[in-house]
Amino acid sequence: MSDASAAADGDAPDAGESDNGSFTPWDQDAVKLTTLVIGLFALYLLGGYLLGYGTRQQLASIGQLSILIGIFAMLALALNLHWGYTGLFNIGIIGFMAIGIYATAVLSKGAATAKPAAGSTGGFGLPLWMGIIGGVIAAAIFGGLVALPALRLRADYFAIVTVGISEIVRFTLLETEIQKVQIAGYWTGLGGGSGLILDFDPTDRFLEAFGLMDAYVGFSDTLGEQLGVGSNPKPIFDTLLYGLILFVFLIGFYMLLQRTGNSPYGRVLKAIREDEEATKSLGKDTNRFKIKGFMLGCALMGLAGILFYAEQGAITPDAFRPRLTFYVWIALIIGGAGSNTGSVAGGAVFAAFLFRGPIFFKNIVQNTFDSLDAPSTFGQAVSPITGADPIPLVAYTIDNMGQLQLVLMGIVLIYLMHNRPEGMFGHRKEPASPIRLQDRTQSKPAASAAATDGGRDQGGTDDE
Amino acid sequence: MAAGTREAPTMSDTEAGTPDAATEHDAIGDADADEAESRVTGTVPLRVEGLRKEFGGIVAVDGTSFEIEEGTMTGLIGPNGAGKSTTFNCITGVHEPTAGTVQFQGEDITGLAPNQVANRGLVRTFQIARELEEMTVLENMLLAPKGQRGEALWRSVLPFVRGSVIEQETEILEDCWEMLEFFEIDHLAHEYAGNLSGGQRKLLELARALLTEPTMLLLDEPFAGVNPSLEERLLEHIHELREQGYTFLIVEHDMDLIMQNCEHIIVMHQGQVLTEGTPAEVKQNKQVVEAYLGGEVGE
Repeated sequence: MSDASAAADGDAPDAGESDNGSFTPWDQDAVKLTTLVIGLFALYLLGGYLLGYGTRQQLASIGQLSILIGIFAMLALALNLHWGYTGLFNIGIIGFMAIGIYATAVLSKGAATAKPAAGSTGGFGLPLWMGIIGGVIAAAIFGGLVALPALRLRADYFAIVTVGISEIVRFTLLETEIQKVQIAGYWTGLGGGSGLILDFDPTDRFLEAFGLMDAYVGFSDTLGEQLGVGSNPKPIFDTLLYGLILFVFLIGFYMLLQRTGNSPYGRVLKAIREDEEATKSLGKDTNRFKIKGFMLGCALMGLAGILFYAEQGAITPDAFRPRLTFYVWIALIIGGAGSNTGSVAGGAVFAAFLFRGPIFFKNIVQNTFDSLDAPSTFGQAVSPITGADPIPLVAYTIDNMGQLQLVLMGIVLIYLMHNRPEGMFGHRKEPASPIRLQDRTQSKPAASAAATDGGRDQGGTDDE
Repeated sequence: MAAGTREAPTMSDTEAGTPDAATEHDAIGDADADEAESRVTGTVPLRVEGLRKEFGGIVAVDGTSFEIEEGTMTGLIGPNGAGKSTTFNCITGVHEPTAGTVQFQGEDITGLAPNQVANRGLVRTFQIARELEEMTVLENMLLAPKGQRGEALWRSVLPFVRGSVIEQETEILEDCWEMLEFFEIDHLAHEYAGNLSGGQRKLLELARALLTEPTMLLLDEPFAGVNPSLEERLLEHIHELREQGYTFLIVEHDMDLIMQNCEHIIVMHQGQVLTEGTPAEVKQNKQVVEAYLGGEVGE
């Protein structure tokens, strides 16, 4: 990764303002991100310990956390390409995820040649990997179709179009006309309001594709017994394995987008974000760059959607309300728009603290203070305040943590906007170039270096 | 940087020289020679005829016609609202003119997109310097060169082909450093462009424009908000570039500056060309004086 190499030759003596301290492993973004994720895992294990979790629950908790971290980090990365790099205000993320998973479902669900029973439908029975590729392509093409008219609009109108499109997608999925249709002898369709059963388990398909199923079952049985996971250890290890698979995809996302960002192409995207007219005046066909970037981001959102929902066993249009879109935005803002490393960090922090954290916290508190009886109404919770007894209110608050999650997110967002709008990693100098832009004297051959030095002493302005 | 000095223009037709330039290029294989050659292909690189631009009911430019001669520095002056900037925007494709034509090096460029105009070698700067604030000075510079292989997404991303991108980037980087040195802002290379002073931004913008290898530069108030010492430096650079064969059209408010530095001046008033000529001629024109004092122009 370019960042790793960038940090490796870090100490250019006079590289101006850039972040060239002396080299430590901490300068490498990969090290930072790994530390962050391990830290989050440790926190959850500690929480699980407080809850008195057994090994089985601990493993399940870690597995679910890694899936969420993987998904939110991937989505934040894709959004970073749109917003952080190109300045495209896309608030229709969920729509592209829906396109991805629905296309995959239709392509890869079991083939049904006879008319299926009410409330169910089939697909084309293609292998899952083909379905995934199809889903990604569908999301990209759909992104392109949206982009063609929408990219001519100003940023705020573009945002309205994207959120509108994502709702159009959701309502189209609800349409009964295409709930169940016959195409080329296959019964398929989008399932309407009752959704689609996903009769493919991605983890199983992955194992089967590599012929590892038997070995895996044997392995998980043995390991499960040793760790004391209890009977039927496979689902637990499935979750962990799927979390691992998502991390591999996440690394792929990160490397792809680092390459995209640190290239002349990414440079033009950044320039469009800063000032599209000035970029045009330098001869860049900004529309072409925008459409390509938008399609790539949509394809990645589609892939993240496939990976997120495929594991859940079923999808309904209700799952594709805009809420998730705004979760991804919060993740990106926490991490710092414009930085791929920040996007991953933001996704991880969001998943651990804001998405999963409140419920987890609630469980810990309620588990620790068994006697805590939460009042059932707000009135009962508030009235003891006059008697200087805040406990019922605290208990009530904690009991309703699930609902308060959104309030909490809002507060965090407002705080960040006021105090740290650039997020954790935003506003770093990450020059968009495939090579390291160190000071010139370092790259010059020794013979001409002296002449160069003479020409560009730091004073610069004073010799005329 | 093209070091070739300009030869006396000998060809009357704008297009006549182009094939020659192409063969020259093949024979010598030197981009600089090609550049110098292409700059003497015609005497009138820019020709504006009957240009008209309406915004709703307002006529901003009303039948403006002028020609810019090869290798000259022409000043475009006029009071506020005379239509100078709109003329600029019509030439560079930011606005599509309501009527009239713009020809650049014999080709009709009326109504082309700004990027297409720029790619033909007619590059502009902006009245308020439009540097890309949250990119470093060096990034600003690296953006400009044309024909970057890495601007194709697949070449930047896929393994194996990326080598050629990196190779080209190294060359471009060297060009950028040279240009930064020429303008003496190389010590700011790693600074965010947004942190530069007004004058330094103007320098950066001009430097960036030059990296697109233009043949003609349109400068929209290049000296606005620039302190006197930096203004002098900017002028020196412009004169030096002109000697190398670049053609300049400059919009400017500062009359003295234009009078002292341009050999040809076009005066605009109320969307039309009031008069044009040498500084001495323009100075003696009563209409110009009246226009600048805000009076009605009449005989």
